Amino acid sequence: MTDLTRLTIAEARDALAKKAFSALELTDAYLAAIDAANAKFNAYVAVTPDRARAMAKASDARFAAGKSGALEGIPLGIKDLYATEGVHTQACSHVLDGFKPPYESTVTANLWADGAVMLGKLNMDEFAMGSSNETSYYGPVVSPWRANGSNAQLVPGGSSGGSAAAVSAFLCAGATATDTGGSIRQPAAFTGTVGIKPTYGRCSRWGIVAFASSLDQAGPIARDVRDAAILLKSMASTDAKDTTSVDLAVPDYEAAVGKSVKGMTIGIPREYRVDGMPDEIEALWKQGIDWLKAAGATIVDISLPHTKYALPAYYIVAPAEASSNLARYDGVRYGLRVPGKDIVEMYENSRAAGFGREVKRRILIGTYVLSAGYYDAYYVKAQKVRTLIKRDFELAFAAGVDAILTPATPSAAFGIADEDMANDPVKMYLNDIFTVTVNMAGLPGMAVPAGLDGRGLPLGLQLIGRPFGEEALFTLASVIEQAAGRFAPEKWW
Amino acid sequence: MSVDLKTVKRVAHLARLAVSEADAVRMQGELNAILGFVEQLDEVDIAGVEPMTSVTPMAMKKRIDAVTDGGIADRIVANAPATMVNFFLVPKVVE
Repeated sequence: MTDLTRLTIAEARDALAKKAFSALELTDAYLAAIDAANAKFNAYVAVTPDRARAMAKASDARFAAGKSGALEGIPLGIKDLYATEGVHTQACSHVLDGFKPPYESTVTANLWADGAVMLGKLNMDEFAMGSSNETSYYGPVVSPWRANGSNAQLVPGGSSGGSAAAVSAFLCAGATATDTGGSIRQPAAFTGTVGIKPTYGRCSRWGIVAFASSLDQAGPIARDVRDAAILLKSMASTDAKDTTSVDLAVPDYEAAVGKSVKGMTIGIPREYRVDGMPDEIEALWKQGIDWLKAAGATIVDISLPHTKYALPAYYIVAPAEASSNLARYDGVRYGLRVPGKDIVEMYENSRAAGFGREVKRRILIGTYVLSAGYYDAYYVKAQKVRTLIKRDFELAFAAGVDAILTPATPSAAFGIADEDMANDPVKMYLNDIFTVTVNMAGLPGMAVPAGLDGRGLPLGLQLIGRPFGEEALFTLASVIEQAAGRFAPEKWW
Repeated sequence: MSVDLKTVKRVAHLARLAVSEADAVRMQGELNAILGFVEQLDEVDIAGVEPMTSVTPMAMKKRIDAVTDGGIADRIVANAPATMVNFFLVPKVVE
């Protein structure tokens, strides 16, 4: 029998429907793969084999009864940021030590309602703060990708590093992820996978541990464009529990895959041509433009003049919201408690022991920019700049642009424990330079693999859409995928 | 704008984070690096620009004013480090 873990979600779905194998066999194949290889990647922080098998058996029963859902029997990995009832949910932080929520996030509940199977919880940067998955309390994730002729361990990107590594190493058929400044798209680009951050409001944030509430969005990481479309269709919904959830029917994203791009207008923003950008990224971008042009799209140069201010504005807005959201971790209601001589010292000790270095850094920045006397100089100014960033996009869309093409990241994956990054937080932050604008404007953004660099490492392109223009992104991404092909790491594990 | 050590300690206390002297010194350097980075926002002309309050132009949805959940005190305290008969236990607050 072929290796079932190599099938895409679409392929597995069709084979399951034809009863070529059972949902339990598919789940067992993934559990065996996790058992054999997870120690090498550290992608899962909790594996739930009993629950997975019980869910798979229930799927087989629904297949037998002719009542199968859209994701029936498909084994998925879930980022540790999502609340999963009775199962490890810690945002990969020590401060949530032992936390097992008595409730289920809306997005995962949607997936289970469609028949999906949970394999376990995936590693991530602590509270989704990081671009390399090295800030996790559970240690870094190792990418299944290696440079040609090298054994050096590379990062899978972050914060959804466990999701990206598990998908590209065939340890799940697809994964949930979240994106606050690039946390779906950067790891997808680093691992040759497809990741989409939908428009703000498309997926419910209820039951997802909050980082920066005005920027956070859920989305999938998948092996190909079609699988990402299938997953997003199930994840997205209108939810009364999230007041920012939008009242808009969820389209059939899969139907957009493979459609013609003739007549579509693609903007190429000149501000994304940054100083010091490697020639390979420049060439990849040019290649992407040529592919879309050859497929019938019209290419226009556009200007998004406030692009360079998105990252500094983000490093005010996101920490400010984080410092507020993370105030709830006080050692009283859940998680870690470290005693002190009084209640204030107990708070301070619990939080000092529970949060890692990057999280503390952001809490401090956020507290500072929100503190008396600095609020206008930092936070209000950053929110004004954010208005300008969004306006740049609105003007481009008003001029007839359907979507925007940019590189996804300024480089390919770097090494674990990279010294430059470790010594300079701002250098790590620059990973998100092409992705963070999209969160600031609340738009949909998608990373699609487009090639390999000279060392054999994946590089991705990013497509940015109009608000709720996800279907156009799936159509355009499938053109790039058709032209570029798909990329999988050579198996060394 | 750069912060001194005293400010770092004051902000850490506001954020309820215990910091050692060595932590505070390290954090001062990191904070100043980030504050230096965001200084470039001073170049932007923001005269007459409204600060963003909602990324999507929509009125916040309101729920009907009704009790839809409750009677789950045991589940609410289930993850607490210390409880007594469905109350959270904390060190003495009032002398």
